[in-house]
Formats: sequence, structure tokens, C-alpha cells
Amino acid sequence: MPRILGVDIPNDKRAVISLRYIYGIGPFLADQLCERAGISPDKRARDLTEDEVAKLTGLLDNEYIVEGQLRRQVQQNIARLREIGCYRGLRHRKGLPVHGQRTRTNARTRKGPRKTVAGKKGVKEMR
Amino acid sequence: MGRSLKKGPYVVQRLLEKVERTEATGNREPIKTWSRACTIVPEFIGRNFAIHNGKTFVKLYVTEDMVGHKLGEFSPTRTFRGHGGKATKGAKK
Repeated sequence: MPRILGVDIPNDKRAVISLRYIYGIGPFLADQLCERAGISPDKRARDLTEDEVAKLTGLLDNEYIVEGQLRRQVQQNIARLREIGCYRGLRHRKGLPVHGQRTRTNARTRKGPRKTVAGKKGVKEMR
Repeated sequence: MGRSLKKGPYVVQRLLEKVERTEATGNREPIKTWSRACTIVPEFIGRNFAIHNGKTFVKLYVTEDMVGHKLGEFSPTRTFRGHGGKATKGAKK
């Protein structure tokens, strides 16, 4: 199995598909990468030659921001919002949705598991 | 959806003029404003604003990082006082 960028070991799928296992590579960049490295979209990841792997690694290293670096960049952007005290930053600080979604119901991804409050409507049924 | 580049950022002209005018005269008083939709431009850096939130004026010192945001983003319009419960009620008093 080819190793690209250290940790990522995409599997027996087509190369275009398995590239998406890298954080920061989606359908669009996967297509673009394969075209630039001259890899046929039908080629399986295990059939990649060392040359092709080297080419991909080189491209990713020099011209794209992926994996750790991308994660760090995202974290920095959030840290900046938190620091300047703007509305989005406040939402991040409180762990609430940032993009204006409703919070009366749902929003469980951001808020985490429900914290049931005694005496509220509907609590009795939950016993 | 972002704003068309052709138009440039939305800046309230009166406010920008006021910033420049007070800059020239050396008046460093916070500028009271209701223009929450006005984008923060580099000229605003290092100045104090007092931005209306519908009730009071929230003070804001503009730093470099804030450029590109709107003034209103720094003046919250809602106050969350927490949900009931003895612990929170006791803590408030």
C-alpha cells in the first residue's frame, strides 16, 4: 500500500478516490492532483508506481495545505475570532452554533448531549 | 454569500469622514455610532468607538485583526442571563 505524506495509507480503491482520505483533499482537489501528476482516474492506489507517489507527495508538500498544517490554520482562524471578541468568536467560546442556526431545538452537535432539567415539560415521560 | 468586489466594502461615508476629521484634530474621544453594518477599514485601527446595541453604547478599541468585520459584530444585542436553578440564582445575589 502506498504511503503519502507519512501517515495516510489510502487503500485498494481508485487513486482519485483514495486521495480523499487525506485531510484537506476532497473530490475537486483529488481530480486536480491526479491530472497534474498524470495519473489515470481508473488506476488503483496499489498500482501507483513510486514515481507517481513521489510526484503526488511533491505536489502536496509544495503547493497545497493539507493535514496538520491545515488543521493548525483552521484552529488559528478560530483562535483569532475568539480573541477579537466578535460575535462569531463569542459563539465559539460558548460552544454554540456559529452560523445563525436555531438553538431552541437541535444544535446538538455543538451543544453536546442533552442536559435534562427537572420540572421542565416532558421530563416525566423520560423516566 | 460575499459582497461584490466591484462595490468594495460597505463603509458609512459620514463615519469615515468623522474618523479622518477627528484624527486630524487629535480628538481621541470614542466615536458614538449606530452604523453597525459599517465594515471596519484600516483607517479605524487604534481608534475607539462606542457602538449602539439597541440599548447602550458598547466601547470598542479597534485592532488590526478586526479589519474586515462589521462594527456590529462587536456589540452583542442579546444578553443571556443563564437558566434558573438555585445555584445560578444564589450566585446572582
